[in-house]
Order: sequence, then structure tokens, then C-alpha cells
Amino acid sequence: METLNQRIAQAIHHQPQPTVTVLSSLLAVEDALGYIPVEAVEQVAALTHATVNDVWAVASFYPNFRFQPPCPHQVEICWGPSCHLKGASGVIAAVLDALGMAGEGDTPDGGLTLRYNTCLGACAQAPVTAFDHHLAGRMTPEQARARVQELLGQPGGENRHAR
Amino acid sequence: MPASFPELQAEAQRRWQELTAGSQPWIRVGAALCGKAAGSDAVVAALNNSLERHGVKATVSEVGCFGLCYAEPLVDVQLPGGPRVFYGNVTPEMADEIVASHVAGGQPAPALALGSLGDGPSGISSINQLPMKAKEVRIALRNAGTIDPSDIHQYIATGGYSALHKGLTQMTAADVLEQVNVSGLRGRGGAAFPTGNKWRFLAGSKAPVKYILCNCEEGDPGAFNDKGILESDPFTVVEGITLAGYATGASHGYIFIRHGHEGPVRRAQQAVRQAYDLGLLGKNILGSSFSFEMEVAFTGDSYVAGEETALMEAIEGKRSMPRFRPPFPAQSGLFAKPTNINNVKTMAYVPEVVARGGQWFAGIGHDKSTGTAILCLSGAVQYTGMVEVPLGITLKEVIYDVAGGIPSGKKLKLLQTGGPLGGVLGADKLDLKLDFDLLRAAGAILGSGGIIAADEDACVVDLTRAIIAFCQYESCGKCFPCRMGMSHLLEVLERICRLEGGPEDLALMRNIGENMQAGSLCGHGQLGFNPVSSALRYFGPEFDAHIKEHRCPTGRCREPRFSPSRSRR
Repeated sequence: METLNQRIAQAIHHQPQPTVTVLSSLLAVEDALGYIPVEAVEQVAALTHATVNDVWAVASFYPNFRFQPPCPHQVEICWGPSCHLKGASGVIAAVLDALGMAGEGDTPDGGLTLRYNTCLGACAQAPVTAFDHHLAGRMTPEQARARVQELLGQPGGENRHAR
Repeated sequence: MPASFPELQAEAQRRWQELTAGSQPWIRVGAALCGKAAGSDAVVAALNNSLERHGVKATVSEVGCFGLCYAEPLVDVQLPGGPRVFYGNVTPEMADEIVASHVAGGQPAPALALGSLGDGPSGISSINQLPMKAKEVRIALRNAGTIDPSDIHQYIATGGYSALHKGLTQMTAADVLEQVNVSGLRGRGGAAFPTGNKWRFLAGSKAPVKYILCNCEEGDPGAFNDKGILESDPFTVVEGITLAGYATGASHGYIFIRHGHEGPVRRAQQAVRQAYDLGLLGKNILGSSFSFEMEVAFTGDSYVAGEETALMEAIEGKRSMPRFRPPFPAQSGLFAKPTNINNVKTMAYVPEVVARGGQWFAGIGHDKSTGTAILCLSGAVQYTGMVEVPLGITLKEVIYDVAGGIPSGKKLKLLQTGGPLGGVLGADKLDLKLDFDLLRAAGAILGSGGIIAADEDACVVDLTRAIIAFCQYESCGKCFPCRMGMSHLLEVLERICRLEGGPEDLALMRNIGENMQAGSLCGHGQLGFNPVSSALRYFGPEFDAHIKEHRCPTGRCREPRFSPSRSRR
């Protein structure tokens, strides 16, 4: 069994592209682990000859980075203007209700992460939601509620590092 | 020893012939972001199942976006040597029917078909008669939905890389630059700056390391054409960047894209790798003295990373915050080296401009806006999708002909063009032509080509609040007039949406907007008041109803509102 430090090293020392930076290394860790552990910040700093502060500065700036292990399921709801006009608010309300949550974040049992997304890139199919990274367009509140309940009943979906 | 270009072409042709007129039918499934969101994965699975059940062999390819996003999942069946027949809104059940009747039975299913393309009897009318296709002139999108975006041979078979071959064997770098100059090609990222001029700045520098950056950050909600092009035909972008490198004497190219847009990222990486494999990137390209390296670089989630200097910060691995200018990128850009930045769409045109000549491109379009516009149509229109139309047609033609008008007999209320910072246009402005300068004079921008339509049910205050919520969330925070101004604008707009605004709020917003414009480094703050000022210009009375009469004429403001957390971490 690889240790966490070994997995981080594996991710950041084998980046395929020639230009290796603080950001590219953090993204490689996120791909491999689904989150940025403290150990990764230290390793990335060492690799890129940056300070731990420099690395935290980058990691804390981009909202795609998280600092706790990922939940087994992830739902992203787009609220860009196209999706807003086509009823994203109703989809968000239904999902929040199904999860018993007041806003985005992890469910209390750590089973699912809900994120609002500024644009999932399929505006022609608005409103768009992604369930475990699979896009679904023309979403209705009823469908979204059903899909979330279905996810909650499943043991483990693909999380980000399975990409 | 790498193959010569004629050998590459011959091999590509042989493969293309086998695919389109060989022993098996070819089934193409739209699987860009639009196709995926409509359920293309299930359709591909159903097609493969059905083929196995019927015991027929066929090549099933996931292609990019043919433009008819409203009809996704789109399946297109081509029997050997026959025309392509398109089926729209395909469900797994329909996929089975299509296989049974068309693929196994050899008979197209006219009741299910949208249209056909190419010679041969199919009994189905041409797909080019569809409203979304009738006005199209496809240059950058010429291969979109037609070739497999994971196979460079299909690009070469349909004419790809002949421009680079022509450039390297028959033209000097200055000749290539001159053709781009003559074409009048202007930047498609938003600023519409002449591409030839931009390239000349870089060509003038004698530095040994110079960079060409291709911007596919595309954070504009409502715009998906950059991602659409990379997902449909990444090769034209790679060839365009390589030609830009040759014309300007640059040494390295970067395709810059948001991490997490998996489809476009994968396609771009494949296209670069395959170009290296065939000797179309790297040392001594096609046996010439020209060498050029290319890679795909990423940003995290950040809208401002699409700004050219913020983009360079992100490639350098830092926070994507804009830099002071001067120095300008052509003097000191990425890693302090001379740098040129173009949008994906701009680069996608370059191979055709070089292959067919600048004059040809300049003959399309309107006045100083040459060529085509690649539009993303979304919101309250009948047909949503990605179309390429000549510049110079009117917004009315775009909305009522190409996009089929407003569904359910509703009236058009406004258009939001050019991304969130572009502001809105009232429905009385539809006679405007698609022209960079005319649109700018009217207070709007063509920008990246996103057009979001809103019908009479939309509340302009609510929509403006949603747009400012986006701008507030995406402010990088470097300049406080933008960081705090956006937050204050959002507070005021939320108050007006709650019907608790006062008459002083309009002046307050104007004051904030002026300070943002004066005190911000990049367009995010400088243009950040546009959504509000344009909404006030066209829909003043609707704001008044909220503020003075405390009522929302459409009732939309009574609905629950959600915005993400107020600040970046």
C-alpha cells in the first residue's frame, strides 16, 4: 500500500507536460487524490523551489481545490445566466431540499459534495447539472431530486481523481 | 525518418476512403459537451448493443459538435459510398430502430431523420435546408461534427496541414504574415484587434525564445465555441498556432484551458501528441528548418484567467491576476519573453486563410469585420447551438431565422451578447448587423460570440443580479474597486430584488460603477458596470417599478435566489 506521500510524489514527479509549476503540480495532486493534503503543499514547494506560503497562496485562490478528502459523490449545478434563465434556481432548490442543506458544501455524513458552477459549458442544454462528473442537460427540479436520491443510495461513485 | 507530406496525405486518404466507402457503415455520434449533456453516452452504448444483436459490423465514432445542439444526441449514419443521414434527439430506443432499419436493413428511416448530406439517393431532404444550417458559412467549423477529433489522419484527409505544408515549402514567414494581414482577420476573443498587427509586434522581436499562446479559458457563461472547436477539430487550432509560430518566428506554443473541461482538454492533448508523432511539431517540421514546440497548460477555476496577462500568471503557476501594462506582452510576456496571445477561434481560421489566401477571407463579412462569426445561441430561442455565419447579417436574422425565434409564442425581451461584461441589448436593436464596430457603437460587443436570449418572462433586475453575482464571484480581488465594487453592486441589486430598494440606489450604483471603471487593471472591473448600465438604459421603467412601486412586473423576484459563497477562499 502506497503511503500518502508516495502517491503525492508519484503525481507531481511524473507530470507529462514540460512546464512544471506550482499550479500544474497542485492540479496533478488534485487529479490523483481528489484533494490537496498538507503533505502535498510541502512536496510541491520543495519541487518548485517555492515557499509553503507561495503554494498555499495559489491553492487557496482557485476554488476547484479542496483540502479534505473528496466525498464519494459530487453534484455540480450550473447557475450561469443561460441556466438561470432556464430555471437553475428551481433545480438548486430541489437539490438543497433533497439533501437537507442550506447551501453548497459537503453533506454532514460526508456522502456528497454539492457545488454551484459558473458554467459547465453546455449552455445550449440549459439548465445543466453534473452528477458524478456526467453532464445532464434540460434538468428539471423533479429529475434532479430523483438523481440525487439515487446517488445517495449508491455506495461510491466516481470522484474527481477517477477522471 | 518521418514520412513526407505527400506520403502522409496518401496514407490519410487511404484510411478516409476505407472509412467512408469501405466495407462497413460509419456511424457518427455527437459527443461534445452538448452531446454528452443530452445523453450521448447512453446512445453510443445502445448503438453498440444493437449492432451486436443484429450481427452487423459498423464503425461507431464519437465526433464533436455539428452545431445543432438542440437536436443532440445527434446520430449520423453513412453507408459505404452513400450520403450521411442525420437523426436528431436520439434516444436509446431510437438508436435500436436506426440500426435495424438503416444500418442492418440498408433503408434510411425518413420519419426519424433530420436531413441528409452528400450525394446519393436517401429520400431525405438536405440538412442544409434546416434554419440553423441555411445561412452557415463554415470556415473554422469546417470539420466540426464531420471528422473524428481523436484522429489526425481524418483531418489530413479532409485538407488539413496542407496550409502548413504550403507555408513551409512555398512561403516565407513574412508571406504568411502578409496573408493574415490582407485577410483583415480580427481577434475573436472579444477585443477584435487585427491579428496581423498583433503578429507583427512579435515578429519584430529578435529574441531566441518567443511564445504563442492560444486562449481557451472561455469562462463566459453562454459561450462554448472555444471548447466546441477544441472538442470537434483540435487539429485546425494546433495547425493555426504552428503557422502563427512560423509567421512570427516563435519557438513555443501553449494551448491554455481550464482544468476540468475534460473533453476539450483530452482532444487538445491528443492533437498535440499526434502532430509530434507525424513530425508536424518538434524539430525541423516537415523537413524544413522551422522547429516549434507545443504543450497544453491549465488554469484552475478562474474567469479572470482568460485575461491575457492573468493567463500568463496562471501558466507560470501563480494566482491568475492581471499584470500592469506596460510592458506589453509582445515585449515581455510569459516568463518575461516576447509573447503573442490569440483566441482559439482566431487560430482556427488561420489554416484556411493561408491555404486559400487573405483576399478570399476578406471577401466574406462586412466592412472591416471580415470573415464569419461563430455564435453560441442559448436561452429563450427555438434552436440552441453553435453556428458559423458571415459577419454582416442582422441580429434579427440570427434570432428569427437561424435560431427559429422565441418558443411558445412569447416575445423577445433582450439579448445578452459578448459574455457577462458585454451587457444587454433591448429587443428594439435587432436591426444591428453583426459587425465588431457597429455593435460597439451601439454599446454592446460581439465578444466571444455568446448570445443569450431572454423572453418576456424574464425580469431584467433579477437577470442583472445573476450576472453581477457571477462577476462578483469571479473578481480576482487584486484591484479593490472591482473586488469591493462588485460586492456592493450585488448587495444593492439583491436589495432591489427584495423590493426594498430606494430611489438613491440607482445613483449609488452609478457611483460604484464609475469608480470600478477608473480604478481597475483589467476589463473585469473596467467593464464590470456594463451589465447594470445597459440594463438601466433599456429597462429603466422596470427598475423604477421595483424601486418606486415595490413590485416586480414579471414576478420572478419572488422566486428563491441562490448565489454561491460570496468570496473566493
